[in-house]
Amino acid sequence: MSVDLAVFDKGDEVARETFALTRDHLVRYAGASGDFNPIHYRDDVAQQVGLEGVLAHGMLTMGLAVTPILTWLGESGTVRSYQVRFTKPVYVPADEGATLTSVATVMKPLEAESGELTLSLSVKTEAGDTVLGKAQVVVAAR
Amino acid sequence: MAVNPMLVDVVFSPVDAYLVGREKIREFASATFAVDPQHHEVEVAKARGFADLVAPPTFPIVIQEKTLHQLLGHPDAGIDFSRVVHGDQQFSYSRPIVAGDELIATLRVTKVQSLGGHSMVTSESVMATPEGEHVVTATSTLVVRGGEDAA
Repeated sequence: MSVDLAVFDKGDEVARETFALTRDHLVRYAGASGDFNPIHYRDDVAQQVGLEGVLAHGMLTMGLAVTPILTWLGESGTVRSYQVRFTKPVYVPADEGATLTSVATVMKPLEAESGELTLSLSVKTEAGDTVLGKAQVVVAAR
Repeated sequence: MAVNPMLVDVVFSPVDAYLVGREKIREFASATFAVDPQHHEVEVAKARGFADLVAPPTFPIVIQEKTLHQLLGHPDAGIDFSRVVHGDQQFSYSRPIVAGDELIATLRVTKVQSLGGHSMVTSESVMATPEGEHVVTATSTLVVRGGEDAA
């Protein structure tokens, strides 16, 4: 199914997804990315450096937050650029994990000349804390 | 100790070429919840006009890490790894990465700032093919938290 980027206006929501994160996901991401910082799997080490406990890799949060856009775009486009600011840690307790919701809305409608559409991402915890700031994804039709 | 401001404009030597593999793309895509079939099924990627499996947008972090180790490990940088926090991240593409790409990453420090006892160091890792075709630039700002004496 193809998506016509030209039909979207500023403020339109194009994709949304909720992710249930557990410690298992953090271990899996550590292996896939090569980031073995122990603050992402050991509470004692995290607490020694002043954190509440084990937290998700910022790059895991950045990586999963964009996936609703990838699924929405499918064959119709590619990501030209993606940027975020890491504003708050995502703590992932061993027992209950954490829940993140990512919502993508149109920030700048399709520009005819560049063929680019700019999306803004809102990424929040269940408590409503925003964990990524200035999160923007520029996509282009293929 | 503050981050050495003399780092600005320092260009590190390119790290060894990174060969992007299908299984690494699948592994990374699974770990980041990227379920779109172009990251997993070669036939789908090819039907969409790509040479092979497409890497998810944050995949270059795997390669960028290797260049950041050069920076963090530099004896004159003044960066205490245990105090480093990731501040900002950006990827800027000329084209998507596909399996089979060979990418050579070169890091340049673009900015060093001090702010309320903390230091911020921004660097960009430019990734290109051995033929010199630009594929993606990954830009990171790392925040180095000040010590007790600097707080």
